[in-house]
Amino acid sequence: MELTQTPPLTETAAIEALSTHIYYGNFRAIKDATLSIVPRKITAIIGPSGCGKSTMLRAFNRMNDFVTTCRLEGDILFHGHSIYDASVDPVQLRRLIGMVFQKPNPFPKSIYENVAWGARINGYQGNMDDLVEECLHRAALWDEVKQDLKKSALTLSGGQQQRLCIARVLAVRPEIILMDEPCSALDPIATLKIEDLMRELSENYTIIIVTHNMQQAARASDYTAFFTMDSDRAGVMVEYGLTSQIFTYPHDKRTEDYITGRFG
Amino acid sequence: MQKPNQTQASPTHMQTPDFSTRLQKRSRPGETLIHAFLFFCGFVSILTTLGIVFELGKESLLFFKSPDVTILGFLTGTEWQPTIGQFGVLPLVSSTLMTSFIAMVIALPLGLGAAIYLSEYASTKSRSILKPTLEVLAGIPTVVYGYFALTFMTPLLRGIFGENTVDIYNTLSAGLVMGIMILPLVCSMSEDALTSVPYSLREAAYGLGATKLETALQVVVPAALSGIIAAFIIGISRAVGETMIVAIAAGSGPNLTLNPFKGAETMTGYIARISGGDLAYDTPDYNSIFAIGLLLFLITMGLNMVSRSLVRKYREVYE
Repeated sequence: MELTQTPPLTETAAIEALSTHIYYGNFRAIKDATLSIVPRKITAIIGPSGCGKSTMLRAFNRMNDFVTTCRLEGDILFHGHSIYDASVDPVQLRRLIGMVFQKPNPFPKSIYENVAWGARINGYQGNMDDLVEECLHRAALWDEVKQDLKKSALTLSGGQQQRLCIARVLAVRPEIILMDEPCSALDPIATLKIEDLMRELSENYTIIIVTHNMQQAARASDYTAFFTMDSDRAGVMVEYGLTSQIFTYPHDKRTEDYITGRFG
Repeated sequence: MQKPNQTQASPTHMQTPDFSTRLQKRSRPGETLIHAFLFFCGFVSILTTLGIVFELGKESLLFFKSPDVTILGFLTGTEWQPTIGQFGVLPLVSSTLMTSFIAMVIALPLGLGAAIYLSEYASTKSRSILKPTLEVLAGIPTVVYGYFALTFMTPLLRGIFGENTVDIYNTLSAGLVMGIMILPLVCSMSEDALTSVPYSLREAAYGLGATKLETALQVVVPAALSGIIAAFIIGISRAVGETMIVAIAAGSGPNLTLNPFKGAETMTGYIARISGGDLAYDTPDYNSIFAIGLLLFLITMGLNMVSRSLVRKYREVYE
């Protein structure tokens, strides 16, 4: 295919998929995806519904393991190690590669406990109060909730809940944060707050975000991977590169059709 | 593509003249009938409860009016010998509490454990075997459990602890078998509570690097706690009210003892024995079963009220 499979790399990849095929039973959801994620940048995965964006994202921290029919061919390398190797513990992997979900899903516990829980199960030894405050600060939520740390997380608004879910992930100290359409349940103002937050976080973390909102990808990401459905309904990666380039000079006709709104 | 005909008037426009008839109130006899029937269904259960309370109260009043009986003596007396005018209910209450306690020690941990296994760990295959098996357990008549206690559990206990220590009728055997009987109830109610916890919460926990056990015990169980407590309380109520097993296996002599190897008649066991016997109506002996029934009713009602307040206190609302 084209030369657009990987963006120009100056550093080693934060995580990379090599000729990855993902199946649900007999159905192939992802066909031959190869993409290398640039560290401490925001990479957006865009594409029409059903093209396997979320499946691809969930392959990076083995969340697909919970789907019993799901199977992966090819490989995903994290620090040069295959994360699908038999010796890899998926629990340990998910501590390093955190995840934020489509619908805010805080635990039905206090705000404090939501942030502290993940750190505690991971054996965090330091001062928990400090950690909770730090993570809430980084998630741009501290000022709104510092008086109500003991209140149930479910009293927060949807946007606040989603930022709490981000704070919760930060408390585990991951290297990579996967975001699966984190703003699809939020209003535009809450969405902008999350995008600003992503930008700040990308100084320290590698972020991979799945979105079907092209404006969001264009606004908030450094790199964009465009996926679409092939003739056999399997998801394929069409094009991958700098966001500015993908949105201004797409190489592939399908990318152009999608981003100009002629399809999807 | 053909363009829609612009000149045609819209349907609403045409019907404007008879708007008043369209909006007129209509009678819906079917709705009213169903409404009345549903109200009746609800009302029957209220009426039944009131009837039972009235009957228990009325007959208990006869009992407490008799010269041999005082309420204080009834509630605090340690001897239950109606034939010689001793009406202290404590021996019956204590053995009811003891068999129930033993049953709950079995049913709660095993029931919750089985529920957690079924909802969090079991593969479709092991689930399809375990669930029907538990349901079979729930379908066994209690009289069968009673004989199971007497002819299997008691000999087993006597074999383990010695025939001199364990009586033929004893509260331990009855309590253990009652626990087995209640197990499926606790299990299926707890499992319902656990499976109704949204999958997104489990996903959130796994995404933070939680193990299956951490997720089950620290996220799913707390979120389902109100349902689990409800299951426990219904299990306890069931144990307190259970009759057949204790009537058969726990003995028919009132006995104030904390030794589970001894026989001791429970409140329900006594009621069953007296109401099936040939005592004359309107004697204090006979009327006493209503007083005991009333006390039993109050205990169960108290438990239900405690459970409701517990559920309200510990509820982790997840949606």
